[in-house]
Amino acid sequence: MKFLHLVWSNLRRKKLRTSLTLLSILVAFVLFGFLAAIKHALAGGVELAGADRLIVRHKVSIIQLLPESYKARMERIPGVVLATHQTWFGGIYQDPKNFFMQNPVVPEEFLAMHPEMILAPGQKKAWLETRTGAIVGRKTADRFHWKIGDRVPIQSTIWAKPDGSRAWEFDIVGIYDGKDKGTDTTPLFFRYDYFDEVRRQSWGKGQVGWYTIRVKDPAQAAEVAKRVDQEFENSAAETKTEPEGAFVQAWANQVGNIVMIVAAILGAVFFTILLVTGNTMAQAVRERTGELGVLKAIGFTNGQIVSLVLAEACLLTVLGGGLGLGLAWLVISRGDPTGGLLPMFFFPTRDLLIGLGISVLLGVVTGIIPAYQAMRLRVADALRRT
Amino acid sequence: MNIQGNDTLVSVDGVEKVFHRGAEEIHVLSNLQLRVPSGEFLALMGPSGSGKSTLLNLIGGLDRPTRGTVSVAGERLDQLSDHRLAAWRARHVGFVFQLYNLMPMLTAERNVELPLLLTHLSKAERSQHVKAVLAVVGLSHRATHYPRTLSGGEQQRVGIARGIVTDPTLLLCDEPTGDLDRKAGDEILNLLQGLNREHGKTIIMVTHDPHASARAARTVHLDKGQLSNEPVK
Repeated sequence: MKFLHLVWSNLRRKKLRTSLTLLSILVAFVLFGFLAAIKHALAGGVELAGADRLIVRHKVSIIQLLPESYKARMERIPGVVLATHQTWFGGIYQDPKNFFMQNPVVPEEFLAMHPEMILAPGQKKAWLETRTGAIVGRKTADRFHWKIGDRVPIQSTIWAKPDGSRAWEFDIVGIYDGKDKGTDTTPLFFRYDYFDEVRRQSWGKGQVGWYTIRVKDPAQAAEVAKRVDQEFENSAAETKTEPEGAFVQAWANQVGNIVMIVAAILGAVFFTILLVTGNTMAQAVRERTGELGVLKAIGFTNGQIVSLVLAEACLLTVLGGGLGLGLAWLVISRGDPTGGLLPMFFFPTRDLLIGLGISVLLGVVTGIIPAYQAMRLRVADALRRT
Repeated sequence: MNIQGNDTLVSVDGVEKVFHRGAEEIHVLSNLQLRVPSGEFLALMGPSGSGKSTLLNLIGGLDRPTRGTVSVAGERLDQLSDHRLAAWRARHVGFVFQLYNLMPMLTAERNVELPLLLTHLSKAERSQHVKAVLAVVGLSHRATHYPRTLSGGEQQRVGIARGIVTDPTLLLCDEPTGDLDRKAGDEILNLLQGLNREHGKTIIMVTHDPHASARAARTVHLDKGQLSNEPVK
């Protein structure tokens, strides 16, 4: 710590150069923060997916429906503990920009399948008692200032009523929270019995979007998935069963390989920053050769000189990185900038720590060559260059 | 020649220093002998390129002889590793440079404190030492000034304060008045003389100024890598 003022004074030497380098590092880390949040929003569900949950969908495509009768057959398959279904409703609330998911579900089964959604017992009871009842996640309730007792109109893009109208109305009977920060609390869920009864007879009646099943032993998930698909082989609606994580991944991959895209962008950004900061450090050390000679003359060891240069590089990158990550965190914590397309848009703590780690690593990498050069300076030669 | 003294602090025996410039060998010092007693103020004179600074660097442990031995207070400097030599310098030598060589981004007191950062002294103790030496060089009132706001003479006094703050065994001055006008130079020489006489500091001062060397107790002359008591003709 006693050397900190020495390290800091060196950074203050060329204020403009240091400021510009800091700014470049800051921008890089703001970008890092945003990309981390976007990556998590698009693919983060993969990590949060239940290890004991499988998704069963139509073999051809997720938009093909499956018979509701499959549920009973699934539950008879050895290794399956519970099966429940959801169907994509594709509704719009007031404006298409106000995107959030709404799905009809069977309440008790659904809540049993998703313990990560926390709903007060009284609200659960109200949902079971109200045919038009719906529960909505805290984020969406806050976003639209909905409260329990409100009746909300939603226009479905897919499902019509017998009179041809696509306007549905639901009574908000509960607002659920997530067990942790990663739980998506934007969807709205309403009762399947109400949905199936009211939707028009001509299409989709008695059919559902996909199933979620819980397996007894996660280690046997692959085996159970195979059994499920064998059960419906050669039927009119063959199935494709996969772990929930793989399902979410496939969903996210519709946008592209998010992880790879993010890694490629960040790789390019950090490589540029490596060059910018490396150049700054090389110049900073080169132009004070004489001063390094003086420090060596008065007794600073080679190890101490290396530490000083590395500390200077790390201070620069950690300062820039820290400010960048802080700024990213501030902006990201204001919420999803897309108006609902990225419901789990937040800066994960793990990525924040990774960012800090990268900033230290960046400092070490950019400082190591100048530090080595400073270490190799012969005192007498360095003093001649003053 | 062999200059002997009592209570020898610095011994230079049979020292040769050869520099290489491409394939060319430049012999700067040849079979050089020197003894400096403890408490002496020695002036080392000679024309440019005579090897004065090279000899000073060898005595200060900044460089190593090609052949021969350099001992200070019984320690063979030519046998110390780089790491131990650095530690030795921190404990035993204070340097004063012609161009002051202060850190421009540090205040006078922070510059003076630099060698103390290598000790185990607490912040308060370091501050106490710094104040004391700044008082010795008469710069207490300029402690928080940056080098660019100080005159040449003041900067050199800060340099001297930095050189003596750890109370080193030996103070090595390389042309300490070389960049100063006569008045400021005299002030510096008075200061060095005072440190020698009143505080018993052993000082070796490289200079080519007879006016400066006159302040030393003894003057030796270096020419073509050899020492003599007589000025170079």
